[in-house]
Amino acid sequence: MRRAWAFLVFSFVMCWSAVVRAESGQSGGELHFCLHGEPKTFNPLLVEEDSSETIRYLTGGVLIRLNRQTQALEPGLAVSWKVSQEGRRIAFRLRSGLRFSDGTPFTAEDVAYTMKALMDPQLHSPTGDSFRSGEGRVDVQLPSSESVVVTFPAPVAGLERLFDQVAILSAHSPKKEMAVLGPFYVADYSPGSHVLLRRNPNYWKKDKGGKPLPYLDSVRLDIQRNHDIELLRFRRGEIHLINALDAEYFDRLQKETPGVVHDAGPGLDSEFMWFNQVPSASLPEHKKNWFRATEFRKAISMAINRADLCRIVFGGHAHPAFGPVSPANQFWFNSSLLVPKYDSAGALRLLEQAGFRLEGGALLDSSGNRVEFTVITNAGNKSREQMVTMIQQDLSQIGIKVNLVTLDFPSLIERMTRTYDYEACLLGLVNTDLDPSSQMNVWLSSAENHQWNPKQLKPATAWEAELDRLMRAQSSATTDKRRKTDFDKVQQIVAEQQPLIYLVNKDAMSAVSPVVMGSSPSVLNPHAFWNAELLRLGADPALGAQK
Amino acid sequence: MSPLQKGAALILCVIFAFMVLATILVPAPYARQFRDVPNAGPSTAHLLGTDALGRDSLSRLLYGTRVSLLLAPATALLSTLIAALLGCAAGFLGGWFERIVLAVTDLSLALPWLFLLLTVRAMLPLDVPPMVSIIIAFLMMGLLGWQASVRVICAAAHGVRDSDFLLLARSSGCKPARLLLRHIAPNLRPLFYAQFWISIPLFILTEANLSILGLGVMEPMPSWGNLLRGFEDFSALAANPWRLVPLILLVTVVMCFQLVLPSQEVTP
Repeated sequence: MRRAWAFLVFSFVMCWSAVVRAESGQSGGELHFCLHGEPKTFNPLLVEEDSSETIRYLTGGVLIRLNRQTQALEPGLAVSWKVSQEGRRIAFRLRSGLRFSDGTPFTAEDVAYTMKALMDPQLHSPTGDSFRSGEGRVDVQLPSSESVVVTFPAPVAGLERLFDQVAILSAHSPKKEMAVLGPFYVADYSPGSHVLLRRNPNYWKKDKGGKPLPYLDSVRLDIQRNHDIELLRFRRGEIHLINALDAEYFDRLQKETPGVVHDAGPGLDSEFMWFNQVPSASLPEHKKNWFRATEFRKAISMAINRADLCRIVFGGHAHPAFGPVSPANQFWFNSSLLVPKYDSAGALRLLEQAGFRLEGGALLDSSGNRVEFTVITNAGNKSREQMVTMIQQDLSQIGIKVNLVTLDFPSLIERMTRTYDYEACLLGLVNTDLDPSSQMNVWLSSAENHQWNPKQLKPATAWEAELDRLMRAQSSATTDKRRKTDFDKVQQIVAEQQPLIYLVNKDAMSAVSPVVMGSSPSVLNPHAFWNAELLRLGADPALGAQK
Repeated sequence: MSPLQKGAALILCVIFAFMVLATILVPAPYARQFRDVPNAGPSTAHLLGTDALGRDSLSRLLYGTRVSLLLAPATALLSTLIAALLGCAAGFLGGWFERIVLAVTDLSLALPWLFLLLTVRAMLPLDVPPMVSIIIAFLMMGLLGWQASVRVICAAAHGVRDSDFLLLARSSGCKPARLLLRHIAPNLRPLFYAQFWISIPLFILTEANLSILGLGVMEPMPSWGNLLRGFEDFSALAANPWRLVPLILLVTVVMCFQLVLPSQEVTP
């Protein structure tokens, strides 16, 4: 009888420990994935390229964290925060008892030190630039050791969201920026080879069971520029994830091992084309007139079969785009915009209303000039070349002849930004920020990236003047609701005027090995490791499959 | 002519006939996209299947053959002529002229031509018709692709210069120009042929590389070069082996040209 009881107790303990292990996952292990370039800096305030951004994300502790899945702001090093004075002031209440990776205590002084460094004009911090709203100093007050109040000289649009990018530095640590508050710290860097991040033993977060995070012991980031080699290494099991996949690689991997690839739906990136409307451009006057005509641009937009672009060029891993904001951007996307349909007959009618006529299969303008233009794009980008080739056929149905010329990137930029010697251009925009203020450099008529007619001294058209007004209004509005109303109108004007003809939003795709547990790829970057602290490696692929 | 040479010549004739009659033979225009059947396998409607955009692969192959088989040999001819002229003159004259030619050749080989080509393309107007852009691309290749051949021809001409028959001709009072054109050049003819035939596939592949950089034949115009770009995706190639046809055609044409060639021995 005693033996039976002992056996029962032993079985219960074994079962319970198995359940606990399955629930909390197995700690430890080293996650491997690739960086596509050398990190240019480990200073989180100077980050401006992808590799450094990855390291900042994995090592930096921030006051407020944007949840990449829900797109909601969550408390980080700050327990709570309050924005006041119409977006000029933000007050944080900090967590107490936290320590940097080297053991230095975290205090309000560290936040003040970081803000001072961030706004230092000598540092030229790209992250700090997004906080610059007006002339004057940024005032940081420390009412207590656990609270900080930051006051800006002018209202900052989407202020609290910007703190997702600000990794707090230590004011007192001798290790300077290498002392971090994030889940990992930089343990080793071998230029050209790898960056090794180790688990931060002082990281403040715990899982639901009270177990310290992160689960992983370390993350090894191999520096590998070549995407083909990255794919090969993933297939061999040498790396555990690929953060961003294109449609071709996605399909290839899906055929081999369907469970490892994830399509999170339309991402923030978009592909679009535009016509050169620069008055000083060396184009024939009749072409300038076409490109300035709203009906012409709208007709072109109507005559492009976006569904085919998504299906054929991107293998179905893209969605038709009609405006500057992707549906992935849940809050700022204007869902009331009418989705224009592919209609080449309607496009032709619109062109006829604007004085064009179809004769012998060729479209002629009112002066008898054949409608023909050249689209430039960057050489070596297969999907863009294919998109232009498909647009060639779409527009040939309404008598328009389109030529394709691919140029190396520096030549393309030279033509786009200096000589303006081009007719139309097809490019893409990598968007990492949800907030519309990040698009100020596109929509303001005076901006350099106002591609169709940049650096205007005063708006060339009434609708561009209205865009300027609305963008400035949304950036200084005090509430998100008010800002949304203004930015919805911006999207409406862009849809009506088609200065940029949006074509597709590419899906956010990633690959995660079955050994990695707890992954939940999102549409926002980083797609595959946004919850790195919760990732863990299973003992074998079968265990990983339980996720 | 051996049976093998006859067979090679016949194959070349057939390929040239297809090339000339491409307009009649193609089942569909090379640029037309059958968007319901992208990446399709061979069928009665599309004998070689379709490409990623649904274009008929056979039509593209026939038109691509026309572009490549007309322009690559023309380019090879141009570069071989330049190489023959410079190589023979340098080898025959020797001395400072040879040193200058070889120095210029070495310098040319060391120059980053790719960047020069990119610069040239960037300076060209954008609104040139596709055919003109193709001719410009091949012309640039011809004018810049002679260096390797010059060294070979110069070395061979050097050998001929000291031969007995040339000494005899010189002693008979032959002028240098006559020596060069009537005695040296004919003796190096097999070498010229060899350089010419070797250059053809080289220029076809160079055109493929230049297409990737935006310097070669632009879409939707096909060429062997841009048809070979489909080889970037090896796994797709394994699943669709009929996509190897452009490569098979290229290899066949080059081999046939080599077989049809006369003997390549330099006979004094």
